[in-house]
Amino acid sequence: MKFIKFLLLGIVFGIVMTKSEAVSWYRIQEMFRFQAFHMYGIIGTAVTLGVAGVALIKRFRMRDYHGNPIMFNPKEKSVARYLIGGSIFGLGWALSGACPGPMVVNIGYGYWAMAIVFFFAIVGTYLYGLIKNKLPH
Amino acid sequence: MEFILQPWSWWFSGIMIAAIMFFLLYFGQSFGFSSNLRTICGAAGLGKSAKFFDFNWKAQTWNLVFLVGAILGGFIAREFLSTDAPVLISEATIQDLSKLGIAAPESLQPAELFGLDAVLSIKGFLLLAFGGLMVGFGSRYAGGCTSGHAISGLSDLQVPSLIAVMGFFIGGLLMTYLFFPLIF
Repeated sequence: MKFIKFLLLGIVFGIVMTKSEAVSWYRIQEMFRFQAFHMYGIIGTAVTLGVAGVALIKRFRMRDYHGNPIMFNPKEKSVARYLIGGSIFGLGWALSGACPGPMVVNIGYGYWAMAIVFFFAIVGTYLYGLIKNKLPH
Repeated sequence: MEFILQPWSWWFSGIMIAAIMFFLLYFGQSFGFSSNLRTICGAAGLGKSAKFFDFNWKAQTWNLVFLVGAILGGFIAREFLSTDAPVLISEATIQDLSKLGIAAPESLQPAELFGLDAVLSIKGFLLLAFGGLMVGFGSRYAGGCTSGHAISGLSDLQVPSLIAVMGFFIGGLLMTYLFFPLIF
């Protein structure tokens, strides 16, 4: 039962991503061609509220529902891994028109072809795990 | 009811995504979807062949449940909250895509990529496979995807996330302007 709240949040996420059309390959193309404000509006609104909310959480040292302080772990300092890894991600994002979340939302919507994309995303993650020590980080 | 069936505005969708992030923080977790890919590898027992997947993946069960919810959400949106109308992308995008041989939208996704004919062709299958491969490899290499870096990381004003998002766009622009004319 303790997981039901995560199931509900996931359902809301899937509905919002579908109804905002952020799961659509067309919308991602439109974004990368800078031909509409739509995707920038979605991400920009979320980040603007996110910045304000995270600042408030830190300022007032808010706690989660377990009573533990809400912590933000700084990501390790590097340029190479974020720039190279991010670029590889971006190539895949533009090609398949979906990042990992929208992939599974699409499967739920009925686009079974996205299951192929998602399966190979798992394979891609596995490949990274196999060779990560040989990559610049 | 009518407004539910219409596509939702960017500002409402943005507010909802921020709300999801804050609810996850309140529940003691954080918003980052691509971690699920590593968790699935761990659950599949791949930790035996690569140490990266030998971790306490069961602690990530909450995120797998979130993933199942996301699938259900997509289903619910289609069955009860949608008209499956064509995506109203800009005229400029329709023009650009038509030059690549991709027709104007008739629904949420292009049949040229996700239709049965495309999937069953060698080229179509390889495009989907490579797309997924790069998303999975790149997100773990960069330590996160759109949710982890562009939403959670930028909200925390993390420089690494800003670099990652720049990378997302470098890759996305290269694919769109350099590789798409060669592929399609």
